[in-house]
Amino acid sequence: MRAVLALWHREIVRFLRDRPRLTGSLLQPIVFWALFSGALHGSFKPGGMDYGQYFFVGTLAMITLFTAIFATITVIEDRKEGFLQGVLVSPVPRLAIALGKILGGASLGLGLAVIFLLLAPLAGVSLSFDRVMLGLGVLALLALAVTGLGFALAWLMDSTAGYHGIMMLFLMPMLLLSGAFFPMESAHPVLAWVRFVNPMTYGVGALRHAFQGEVPGVPSFSVCMIGTVLFAAATFALGALVVNRRSVRDVV
Amino acid sequence: MSYNGAPMSNAVTAAGITFAYGERRALNDVSFEVAAGQACGFLGPNGSGKSTLFKLLSTLVPLQQGRVSMLGLDLAKESRAIRSRLGVVFQSPAVDKKLTVRENLRYGGLLIGLSGADLAARIDAVLAAGRLADRARDLVGELSGGLRRRVEIGKCLLGKPDLVLLDEASTGLDPAARKDMWSMLREDPKLTVLFTTHLMDEAAEADRLLLLDQGHVVASGRPAELMREVGGQVLELEAADAASLAPELQQQFGVAATVVDSTLRIDGANVHELVPRIVQRFGARVQRLSLAHPSLQDVFLKKTGKRFVVTEPDALPAKGRRRKS
Repeated sequence: MRAVLALWHREIVRFLRDRPRLTGSLLQPIVFWALFSGALHGSFKPGGMDYGQYFFVGTLAMITLFTAIFATITVIEDRKEGFLQGVLVSPVPRLAIALGKILGGASLGLGLAVIFLLLAPLAGVSLSFDRVMLGLGVLALLALAVTGLGFALAWLMDSTAGYHGIMMLFLMPMLLLSGAFFPMESAHPVLAWVRFVNPMTYGVGALRHAFQGEVPGVPSFSVCMIGTVLFAAATFALGALVVNRRSVRDVV
Repeated sequence: MSYNGAPMSNAVTAAGITFAYGERRALNDVSFEVAAGQACGFLGPNGSGKSTLFKLLSTLVPLQQGRVSMLGLDLAKESRAIRSRLGVVFQSPAVDKKLTVRENLRYGGLLIGLSGADLAARIDAVLAAGRLADRARDLVGELSGGLRRRVEIGKCLLGKPDLVLLDEASTGLDPAARKDMWSMLREDPKLTVLFTTHLMDEAAEADRLLLLDQGHVVASGRPAELMREVGGQVLELEAADAASLAPELQQQFGVAATVVDSTLRIDGANVHELVPRIVQRFGARVQRLSLAHPSLQDVFLKKTGKRFVVTEPDALPAKGRRRKS
């Protein structure tokens, strides 16, 4: 457990010391939300609500996803810079490495989402204590899920460029088709099927339930929670699987 | 680096290690023993298999064939127990440049199970031994290569390991920094050190040396003994027509010369006596002539028929890196 905490703490310290990454992570979701909600204000009212309100929850999901991408990219950097092999030859179980990295990335995502939540009044999103607590729980679960996925993919990659390519190929469509940016209930049948199997759909849906109550076209809260829990469990299992396979590619 | 203590048991016993990256064999039936407290060097050019051997011994990659006992533990079955008594320093730095010296040591200590006052005491001891106390708050990225290496060695010694593995750890260090590195390691005379190197002078300091070439152990023993095996002197002649000169030397003086590129090499107890005779008979064809005591370079050349050439650090083959083993 000490090793997990050490790896988790290192992720936080490195993030806070990396000023450009810190600045970008804080400002990027605000800029995205401001641009999209400003541009579509008045012309697009999904579910009858203002687009700024609708996209607010989408931005929270985007924060967890983007933070997971940038946090887990450090797996590749750690391997290239030699730090990872130092950890691999320590008596720490490999599962602890996965846990430390995933918890670190998820904590960063959750922390940034909390900061963004402070802007809720600006977006016209009214929050109660109960809603915030429930929303934070869902955000934590979603952050663990996407960071677990990012970790598993990063562990299998040799280059940060390749990792970015895979992220853009899989994770961006997952976010776009989750209902984070626009409602999906009237999408093409093929996309509707994709939405059904897209685990982000359930994470974003659970966030909408938590912060906005019932929203038309979103699966029920219990379905969304089951989907998100399964998503988190599956990605953690995947991360554990890849990290436990010793191979020559683990080393520089 | 020697430890002349009580009768030694083996810290490492390896038998029949064979390892392949796909079709390419990196290690071929490698066997050796290292007594506890010894500093054992692995010398070989790029592609000789020493880095692969290091990765196996450091438990980074699993054994494919052969048996290895380290500190009385089976490498194939007890790798985690081995790791708890092992210190490893890699050729590429394994410290975090964005953290301070103390933070690196702290995280390193937590990963090997140290904590609280024990960890703080060990960090202080290591900082003192490495003469790093005044740099403890500096970011590692701001340190020189030699100081960074001292941090690495300190991190490796935090848990008081019984066995330390160094993979080309002195590469890029100046002689003073290399001396610092070894003095830190020599503080504990019971520590067993296995190190890979391509530096002849560093290898010559080992208690025991294994010469590797293309995955095979081509020679092993004390460096001085290995050099003695070559003979008392080595005479080296450079000639444009080295290949045709060799049989003429055999015919004229009854000596066997080895041709390596455009060089002829003759070793033996009294080869200096040949110098005036060769100059008189073949002076016009010989471009350069040198006489010296044998070095490890000569040992390698005698055993393999090739010069010891280092071009770049050992690297895994591109395809091999992707292969599961």
